[in-house]
Amino acid sequence: MTDTTNKLIIRMQEIRKVYDTGKIKVEALKGINLEIEKGEMVAIVGPSGSGKSTLMNLVGCLDTPTSGIYEIGGQAVAGVTRDELADIRNRRVGFVFQAFNLLPHITALENVELPMLFGAVRPAERRERASQLLDRVGLGDRLDHKPTELSGGQMQRVAIARALAMEPDIVLADEPTGNLDSSAGGDIMSIFTDLWQQGRTIVIITHDPALSRRASRVVEIHDGRITSDQATNEAA
Amino acid sequence: MNTDLHVILNLFATSSRLQKKRAYLTIAAIAWGTVAILLLLAFGEGLKLQLDKNRRSTGENLAVMWPSETTKPWKGMPPGRPIRLRIDDVDFIRERMPELKAVHGELQAGRTALTYGRKTVNGRILGVNYVFGDDRKHYPQAGGRFLSVEDEVQRRRVIFLGDEMAKDIFGDEKPVGKTLLVNNAPYTVIGVMQKKTQMGVYGGPDGNHAVIPITTFLAQFGRDRLNVMVIQTEQPQQMKAALAKVNELFGAKYRYDPTDDRALATWDMVKSAKTTGNITIGIQLFLGIVGALTLLIGGVGVANIMYAVVKERTREIGVKMALGAKQRWIIAPFVLEALLYTFIGGALGIIIATLLVSLTSFIPIENNRVLSFLGRPTLSPEIGIATSLILGLIGLAAGYFPARRAASVDPASTLRYE
Ligand SMILES: Nc1ncnc2c1ncn2[C@@H]1O[C@H](COP(=O)(O)OP(=O)(O)O)[C@@H](O)[C@H]1O
Ligand SMILES: [Mg+2]
Repeated sequence: MTDTTNKLIIRMQEIRKVYDTGKIKVEALKGINLEIEKGEMVAIVGPSGSGKSTLMNLVGCLDTPTSGIYEIGGQAVAGVTRDELADIRNRRVGFVFQAFNLLPHITALENVELPMLFGAVRPAERRERASQLLDRVGLGDRLDHKPTELSGGQMQRVAIARALAMEPDIVLADEPTGNLDSSAGGDIMSIFTDLWQQGRTIVIITHDPALSRRASRVVEIHDGRITSDQATNEAA
Repeated sequence: MNTDLHVILNLFATSSRLQKKRAYLTIAAIAWGTVAILLLLAFGEGLKLQLDKNRRSTGENLAVMWPSETTKPWKGMPPGRPIRLRIDDVDFIRERMPELKAVHGELQAGRTALTYGRKTVNGRILGVNYVFGDDRKHYPQAGGRFLSVEDEVQRRRVIFLGDEMAKDIFGDEKPVGKTLLVNNAPYTVIGVMQKKTQMGVYGGPDGNHAVIPITTFLAQFGRDRLNVMVIQTEQPQQMKAALAKVNELFGAKYRYDPTDDRALATWDMVKSAKTTGNITIGIQLFLGIVGALTLLIGGVGVANIMYAVVKERTREIGVKMALGAKQRWIIAPFVLEALLYTFIGGALGIIIATLLVSLTSFIPIENNRVLSFLGRPTLSPEIGIATSLILGLIGLAAGYFPARRAASVDPASTLRYE
């Protein structure tokens, strides 16, 4: 393998996704070609309903494409079993959702430990790594708090810590600031930029032009197609 | 596999629990079902044991033969010839069939006057061989005895009374050692039978008759035709062959077709025991099924609540899947949860049922006509094992089917933000 293929984390070729709801078929993605390299911070923008979340689900292996070729970290995703997909999600992808999606009945620490439980990390190491990660997002004093005892911004920081727990190849965030006020949203955005500067690969879906400007590359989607794909000044 | 177990137990330990009210309801439903199945099975078991005991109280491995008529022609003779056995036929069979455990003959005199003091009771008197005491289970109450071989050889005027008859004649007095008159001949009472509940009855219940030596009977009543001959084998499975041999011997002696098994009317108690055995198995099966259905309803309750729980936790399941949980890690904690409620409910049910069953042992059975036939509800290890198996199966099913729905959750659509 050459250096360039090694750097390629996401490779999508002619990806289509059709939702078949029985009565109607919705073609959410109509042939996506997208490559993302290690260390990029990509913002995906576009109007509501344009297919951003669908794309994100495919990238994160939460769903499989109707047709097309998809490789993550050089591994083809077509034809793998449900359990193998679960393993890919566990090791290669870290998700951050708009609705946080923390488990409400367990503590922040336990939430961050969860992916490591699935990834067969030893209990002592889980604990250690989870508290370090929470410390890093500024929640070192909230380890034993339940999500309901945290603010929205704090919950999203727990979610980011959880996304980083398995040292994934790529962090995927679907409108991570959509449920936050602008100050909390700014904090979250700064955490992502910090992570990027530390060398992580990040894909963020966002409506907010102020946020997309911080990315190294902006991909615009309209009606299931990529209409523009540009590097920003900051990246240069 | 080790990781699997670790993950599953961990998820089970940290997964959210039912609201209290729901948990109580599920547990109560299972407990109720368990109590129902256990009580029904205990009732069936008690019935079986009691029927067994009552059946055996007549005597074990017995066949009773009455004089009757041939039903098949034999060597030019037409059917319908009477076959009558005599006292010496008892020795005839005893000598030729030493493999039998016992043979005895009975002579009967119905409505015979038994007088003690000013009181006269009309009752049934049997003249029997001394072996009758053992093979027909006429066990004496303390302070008395049954007829002995000497009584028979010496034609003694001794009498052994059924417990009901003894009460009729003597009331509260102690009968043993007293003298009473049988058709005006004096007899000494040597014993009174222990009370027993009897299933197989011929002639009449044992408690209502009195027995005297067959030799004494012959001397007093002058009859030597047996009313009944009874044989007893060592093992139940020997009875069929034994009866065939008896008919061969008597067929040769009284000249009838040895395959004519109605020349002597025969009651094979071994055979009828098998029938009652089958009936009690049938009854137990029926009770078991009714109980299992009740328990099944409890199981459906658990499954229902688990379905609701799966629905409520759809997002939780989707999140776990997004974080890399495999299907079995989603399924197993639900099954464990259902098993947990089933287990708690089952354990409660077993405790309650055991308490209830042991309470019935405080009801005195001796003078209780219902209980002396139905028996006392009894729990056996087999019942415990069967109930636990059914509980386990129901718990597994109640968890597995809802959990399969959980595992089929599509994480992408679950986590869509609307
Ligand atoms: N599970 C689904 N079933 C049917 N249609 C869907 C489903 N998910 C998304 N869609 C449709 O696909 C299109 C793209 O949706 P989505 O990817 O959520 O857009 P965005 O995130 O850009 O708002 C929309 O028309 C939406 O209604
Ligand atoms: Mg969306």
